Amino acid sequence: MSALKVMTDRERFTLTCVGTAGFFGLWYLAALLQFAPTKFLPMPHQVLMKLVQLCSEPFAGAVLPEHMWASLKRYAMGFGLAASVGVPLGLLMGRFRWLDRVVTPIFDSLRFIAPVAWVPFAALWFGTGIGGPTLIIFAGAFPPCLINSYRGAKGVEVRYLEAASMLGIGSFRTITDVLFPAAVPSIIAGLRIGAGLGWMSLVGAELIVANSGMGYMIVKGQSAIATDIVMAGMIAIGAVGVVIDVALRKLEKRLLRHRQQS
Amino acid sequence: MSAIEFKNVSRSFGRDGKDVLVLDNVSLTVASNEFVAIVGPSGCGKTTCMRMAAGLEFPSQGTVSVAGKPVIEPGPDRAVVFQQFALFPWKSVYENIDFGLRAKGLDEAERKRLIAHYIGLMNLSGFESAFPHQLSGGMQQRVAIARAYALDPQALLMDEPFGALDAQTRVVMQEELVKLARKNPRTVLFITHAVEEAVYLADRVVIMTSRPGRVKEILDIKSIREQEQWDQHARVEDVMDLASFVHLRTRIWKSLREEHAGDPEH
Repeated sequence: MSALKVMTDRERFTLTCVGTAGFFGLWYLAALLQFAPTKFLPMPHQVLMKLVQLCSEPFAGAVLPEHMWASLKRYAMGFGLAASVGVPLGLLMGRFRWLDRVVTPIFDSLRFIAPVAWVPFAALWFGTGIGGPTLIIFAGAFPPCLINSYRGAKGVEVRYLEAASMLGIGSFRTITDVLFPAAVPSIIAGLRIGAGLGWMSLVGAELIVANSGMGYMIVKGQSAIATDIVMAGMIAIGAVGVVIDVALRKLEKRLLRHRQQS
Repeated sequence: MSAIEFKNVSRSFGRDGKDVLVLDNVSLTVASNEFVAIVGPSGCGKTTCMRMAAGLEFPSQGTVSVAGKPVIEPGPDRAVVFQQFALFPWKSVYENIDFGLRAKGLDEAERKRLIAHYIGLMNLSGFESAFPHQLSGGMQQRVAIARAYALDPQALLMDEPFGALDAQTRVVMQEELVKLARKNPRTVLFITHAVEEAVYLADRVVIMTSRPGRVKEILDIKSIREQEQWDQHARVEDVMDLASFVHLRTRIWKSLREEHAGDPEH
């Protein structure tokens, strides 16, 4: 098929089906050929049945939707904090060179540390309730929020800043009315990446929690050597991750609908 | 009192470790409510002059002052109309004009009145809530002119404001600016490389030499314009047909041609 030809919906759907069928086919093949004992590598239908079962039968103290809800609350806290600190800080750093100089060296070293590395400190400093997990999700989601907001502010066209200064616009208004709107496409892209990385940090974040959450459920499944529960948890996390990304992409399209094409 | 004054202004840029002199000892005054156009070959530093009056650049030597005060930073007392419009794409026509008025601290009723006045004057009625990308280039520049006039500045600084427009739109805009300028006399420093435009619009035309830019000569247009009653003609092309106009235009052309003579590109 030529790269230039536009695919029809039907072709797209067919290809998606081929991919999905291939994935499950390989999984079945590996399970049937005893790549690992069935106990360690359950078949797809077993996992899906477990997934359904977990929705009504509690495991590790709660049914799956309850675990999921607990995770989503922690995630919302961590990601919300990352966005509400990262975006304004990035804009300010893009505006004030001294702040850029103060923050960038520290930030650039810290951002390469995997969120999971914060686990012991998160627990010790902020506890295993909401604080600790929030910090770990924050550590995952924060860098792209800050970096994209900063780059967006840095990339604002000079003529807009010149126009603002000749109009006599003050520092605060220049940030809210010029830098921020100019940076919006970049900020939204950053939020999307941050949302994904934050969700990916979830299992790490819930290694330390006491009683609920998808990560907690997976950890408990691990210690019970219930691989079907672990896999069911992984699939549920993956599915919700897709839903979050699709929702943000829709939001992005909406927000940028009125944008000038230039 | 002179509204804009360049006193022995020189400007050089560092390039490849060498200092390149762009403006050489320029002295020029623009009287209050006078419309002065600067023409010159590209690279002669005419835009630099405007940017120094705006406070977006600074002289290496000499002083630039507006209304008696040395220029130290950009501000709404020296409104700029940029060649590339520089309207905020995320603000509507109304909000673009309002932005500077808010910063000046005017109350809402006064802002509304001013915006309505200039929107009417620049033929933008009905487009208050449109965004810049929904407008043609000519209309965008009208918004930028309205935005600048509404600030009621000590000086209006226009940097080839019609340079990005197509020929027909350009002519219409020139006619509108003439009407606006005669009705609302303001101190205007107008940068252009279009000779006709300068003669048509300005009270005085300053001709600059090629780099390093110096003031070569200054022509008084206003007295001739008034004597020959150019303003009786509504259309640019009729004015441009007048012998007095043609004479001035040719004179400036010849002066600029001398500047190109030593330039291998021409």
